[in-house]
Amino acid sequence: MTIITNRRKLLAGMAGGLLLPGCDSWSRSESFKNVLSSAEDLSRVSQRLVGGRNGLAREYTLADLSPRHRMNGNRTADTSAYRTMLANNFATYRLRIDGLVERPLAIPLDRLRAMPQRTQITRHDCVEGWSAIGQWTGVQLSHLLDLAGLSEQANYIVFHCADSFGDTPYYESIDMVDALHPQTIMSHAMNGEPLPEGHGAPIRARIERQLGYKHAKFVMRIEAVESLDDIYGGKGGYWEDVGDYAWYAGI
Amino acid sequence: MTESTDAEPRPGDLVKRHKLPTRIWHWINAIAIVILLMSGLTIFNAHPRLYWGSYGANYDPAWLQIGGEGERGYLQVGDWQVTTTGVLGRWRDSEGNISTRAFPSWSTIPGFYSLATGRLWHFFFAWIFALGWIAFLITSLWNRHVQRDLAPRKSELSPRHIWHDIKQHARLRFPTGAAALKYNILQKASYIGVIFVLIPLMILTGLTMSPTMDAAWPWLLDIFGGRQSARSIHFICAMLLVLFILVHLVMVVLAGPLNEVRSMITGRFRLPGKRDAEPPAQPATEAAE
Repeated sequence: MTIITNRRKLLAGMAGGLLLPGCDSWSRSESFKNVLSSAEDLSRVSQRLVGGRNGLAREYTLADLSPRHRMNGNRTADTSAYRTMLANNFATYRLRIDGLVERPLAIPLDRLRAMPQRTQITRHDCVEGWSAIGQWTGVQLSHLLDLAGLSEQANYIVFHCADSFGDTPYYESIDMVDALHPQTIMSHAMNGEPLPEGHGAPIRARIERQLGYKHAKFVMRIEAVESLDDIYGGKGGYWEDVGDYAWYAGI
Repeated sequence: MTESTDAEPRPGDLVKRHKLPTRIWHWINAIAIVILLMSGLTIFNAHPRLYWGSYGANYDPAWLQIGGEGERGYLQVGDWQVTTTGVLGRWRDSEGNISTRAFPSWSTIPGFYSLATGRLWHFFFAWIFALGWIAFLITSLWNRHVQRDLAPRKSELSPRHIWHDIKQHARLRFPTGAAALKYNILQKASYIGVIFVLIPLMILTGLTMSPTMDAAWPWLLDIFGGRQSARSIHFICAMLLVLFILVHLVMVVLAGPLNEVRSMITGRFRLPGKRDAEPPAQPATEAAE
């Protein structure tokens, strides 16, 4: 048996010795990561192909709600401007919609609440692996973009947020397929209550066919753009810029 | 498996064993599965808890959990808990730093913790793995590898035959001569289990974790009982694949690694001759070892 154990050790050692350090140096190489991330485009194209533009995420019932919906990312936006708005119950908050639109808008919260509403009970899937089910109420992004008169040149919608990691503000972006999707809403209420601070008050984007980090919290401004290249780090989102996370987070 | 020859091949003959598509798929898979398993452990480390049902997060009860508590690491399954300090939940990396991640760095890709990079590896090789499986399936149905070599014969399914095969395996007595060219029933069962059950389950439960795929194919959520159940099944099937690979490697080593590995590279296999050490005939074998 000695020979066999040695042989197995040898094989394991060969696998470990060759594969692992190799993987780690490749994992740090930008060009190799670019090769790996080509699968992201393949995933996006094929998922859109089988799912279509308007395939709906499953909607659950009140009986399915998570007893306690986990928060993630920033629990607050730590700026004096945000503190002031939080203190006055967002009376001075305006959701700005600008960029490639005909009529830039600044919409107060009570006007948002008076617009046609959509309520959906959906599952929030974090990139880490956990899921929580919550009820979200808000205005369809497509409705807001209609009001603002979206330009034909707009390819992406960027969400600018009040929260930041260190000095780097959080932001996210989606393409027009997800922006115009019926379940994409700017939500101001969760489980029948005004959106709690920890979940991104006063407004959080719901992008129901993508992972949690796309669902920008503390949204202050919605900008329509032609390209993401000039927005912050150019990769379309905070986590995309700083940490190699996929811009398309459908899987 | 064999080329049609008039004479029955004899022990010692070098004969054709594995077809080219089987060999290509085997090695692509060998690489892809190892990378998928190890990058999968990186992804698991981001949230080392498993649940049943649609939702599941830190406030919800987990059926499996790997964690650290004070100085010890543990694995908990239901109410049963075992201390795993040094391996799971609390371990030292190669530089001696203590980590409280679930799986240790030697088992993950990358070896340093990066969920984003683990996901890059995982989804790239998931495509290779899934497309390779589909191509193998089509080719092997087309060239009748599945029907001829993998499908069990009626006679092989009798409890007596299966029991006989189990006993032969337990005594490490493998077929010799031309019989070694055919898969035995235990081999067939494990290959069928992997190719037709485990791999499709891995792919489908993987897709069920994708929010876009759940919108495109809502039936995925129904067949697996929710996204978190799918995540649990994905993990269980991955562990079963690890078990398969370990048994597979042990069998290759016991059956003659050079001959077996050659047959998977060149396709040529030297038929094993009669065993020269039959345990009943030589009671002193154990002592001799």
